[in-house]
Amino acid sequence: MKTETTPERKVASPPGSDSFWRQLLAFLLEYNLVFIFLAIFVALAFSVRYFFTVQNMLGLALSVSQIGMVACTMMFCLASRDFDLSVGSIVAFAGVLSATVINFTDNLWAGVAAALLSGAIIGCVNGVIIAYLRINALITTLATMEMVRGLAFITSHGQAVGVSNADFIYFAGSSFLGISMPIWMTIACFVVFGFLLNSTVYGRNTLAIGGNPEAARLAGIHVERMRVVIFLVQGVIAGLAGVILASRITSGQPNSAQGFELNVISACVLGGVSLKGGSAAISGVIVGVFILGTAENVMNLLNIDAFYQYLVRGAILLAAVVVDQQRTRGD
Amino acid sequence: MPASLQLNEITKRFPGVRALDRVTFSAEPGSVHALIGENGAGKSTLLKILGGIYQPDSGSLIVGGVERHFVSAASSIAAGIAIIHQELHYVPNLTIAENLLLGHLPHHYGFFRRRDAVRTAAGHLQRMGVELNPRAKLKTLSIAERQMVEICKALLREAQIIALDEPTSSLSHHETEILFRLVRDLRRQGKILIYVSHRLDEIFELCDACTVLRDGHTVATHQSLAGVSRAQLVEEMVGRKIDDIYNYRPRTLGTTRVEVSDLTGKQVTRPATFSVRAGEVVGFFGLVGSGRSELMHLIFGATRARSGSVKIDGRPIRARHPIDAIRNGIAFCPEDRKESGIVPIRSVTENINLTARQRAGWRGFFIDFAREFKVTDRFIQRLAIKTPSRRQKIRFLSGGNQQKVILARWLNLADVRVVIMDEPTRGIDVGAKHEIYNLIFELAERGCAVIVVSSELPELIGIADRMLVMRAGAITAEIARDDFSEHLALSLALPDEQAA
Repeated sequence: MKTETTPERKVASPPGSDSFWRQLLAFLLEYNLVFIFLAIFVALAFSVRYFFTVQNMLGLALSVSQIGMVACTMMFCLASRDFDLSVGSIVAFAGVLSATVINFTDNLWAGVAAALLSGAIIGCVNGVIIAYLRINALITTLATMEMVRGLAFITSHGQAVGVSNADFIYFAGSSFLGISMPIWMTIACFVVFGFLLNSTVYGRNTLAIGGNPEAARLAGIHVERMRVVIFLVQGVIAGLAGVILASRITSGQPNSAQGFELNVISACVLGGVSLKGGSAAISGVIVGVFILGTAENVMNLLNIDAFYQYLVRGAILLAAVVVDQQRTRGD
Repeated sequence: MPASLQLNEITKRFPGVRALDRVTFSAEPGSVHALIGENGAGKSTLLKILGGIYQPDSGSLIVGGVERHFVSAASSIAAGIAIIHQELHYVPNLTIAENLLLGHLPHHYGFFRRRDAVRTAAGHLQRMGVELNPRAKLKTLSIAERQMVEICKALLREAQIIALDEPTSSLSHHETEILFRLVRDLRRQGKILIYVSHRLDEIFELCDACTVLRDGHTVATHQSLAGVSRAQLVEEMVGRKIDDIYNYRPRTLGTTRVEVSDLTGKQVTRPATFSVRAGEVVGFFGLVGSGRSELMHLIFGATRARSGSVKIDGRPIRARHPIDAIRNGIAFCPEDRKESGIVPIRSVTENINLTARQRAGWRGFFIDFAREFKVTDRFIQRLAIKTPSRRQKIRFLSGGNQQKVILARWLNLADVRVVIMDEPTRGIDVGAKHEIYNLIFELAERGCAVIVVSSELPELIGIADRMLVMRAGAITAEIARDDFSEHLALSLALPDEQAA
């Protein structure tokens, strides 16, 4: 975000003593997400034992790796003024499907291919319904979320699908330079999707569509096709995340990744992706992902009951929406 | 005692700009006072100060002899001031009665008393001389009628001072007349009316006095418009002389560039057939709802045609989507700049390159930023687009500059052959209008076929080589430049029962 010095931007503040604090708050909210996160991070490093250790940092990164990957594509989805609730179900279904296929064929890549393909198909269905039949994205993906979760249970008969294939366990368990594979993949996603957003016509069109769909259409952008592609890519990445998650826990679990979609969306919104579409930045999304991961990690280190963690996650999401509202006020 | 209004030496600064510099403005009861000036002259800021949305840095605001300090919009409303903004605020799914009485609906132990509401609202509407059914939902009304409901709402709050910000910018001729009648009624009742508009004809027709702002200063105040010429007002507004803002330049015409035959759609009910030659500027005139905008959408492929065909340079094209039309060299500047022209939160650069980049670069995927910046800077200079930088978000630009950006988007393409502009100068100040007319002629001189849709007759008379008139979904007449007259065009455009 660039600093604006335009008069329209200025919200009139009534004369009084609170204007300085309000301005300071607005400043912090608007421009210094990274700054706030770093401050919290440093404070935690000093106050929470074992927090700032290599082992814990790697554990933290691993724990957010799936959220991080899918947050990249969710960023595109939100930037184009859409919404996708089905990613959690896709993660679970892709995991179950890949486990089943690998057990059947004893071939890792067949399992991966099946997972990516299923993700692509579901994403494509989402996109076509939303873009061409013009059904509200929230409702569409709410429906597919239920259906795909159902598919996951049907495929696995409600049981976890254990895998003994060594390649599969090695898939997410291997590491390079001391950093495990899922983290590398997440980093790759950040780099690739960051580049796509900033430097390609695909990324800039996404922002244009989110900023004003009708203007984008009249300017010669194939809006419908773009939206299908955005959902399709989202499905593929969610499928990939599903395989990695299944590999990490060495089984496909039909009830895994519950509430995953909400974590991904909160990470994006925390990272400054506007729910109104049209503005997004990969740096923000990375920070958003790490805020979520850090909160969970610290609560674990402090031995806070898992029940309370729901409370905190909800509070963070709420805070994120309030931040979004503050940021876009007057737009 | 009706309140008079006085604003003395009002100054308002924003970071880096002095939006208003010791502006003085006063208006008397029972008069319509015009407030004019180019975009960015400070009209909106002044209205916002009057409406309590901004607080002035210095200066005083006196209503009915009492000095006031408005801390919020509510305090301004309480002092009897109503600002009718360009964008209206209403609940589309509620009825007129409910909208009028919103906030104090008649009820009986919490149960809404619809009959009382309708009766009360009907009484108010009648007293104001507005013939509307209080049971009609707002969304079923025309924009003019919605505006009237808004004004009625202000009157219900006992407003003595009513400011109208560009009220006619989206009204048709007929609707404008209805609005004028209401404004004159209010003047008779002794209200103070402040009328902000770009249309000088309306100012002369409706207003008693006029204040001109330029760059945040009061340039002139005319207590009476008698003896004031149009050219004088324009000069005061722009700060320089513009003899003929149209500056019509005759051209030699080429071969037939675009040929439309038997095109029909939802609103264009009768097959539309016409053609435009290379280098020709054809004006389309018609009332709102006559199908003129839809016809343009049909040609551009933005709306699917039911039947008919379009030929460019003799070659038939099939435009199912704007992309197809663009590939065939058609450019389109839509009617509603904000809703369908600009991408407001993106930069000037992105808005200019939006179309060109779809085909540029390696298979239209990677962006050549260096090239885009060069192109943008060139257009900013060539079209004199006023922006602090190419990175500025376009929504902070004035209407005229936004329109220039959209034009630049099309000029950026090398092979544009047909340019369609729907209301190219709506809400744009005189200076920018002049520049846009110049661009239209430049495009025509380059050999483009230019189609201009407008509801401002003087504009079409000023720039078009030929005029086509639409009425009720059909092209009904063609007028050659030598026969242009407002009377003729209007009588052809009005439905039969009103023509007399």
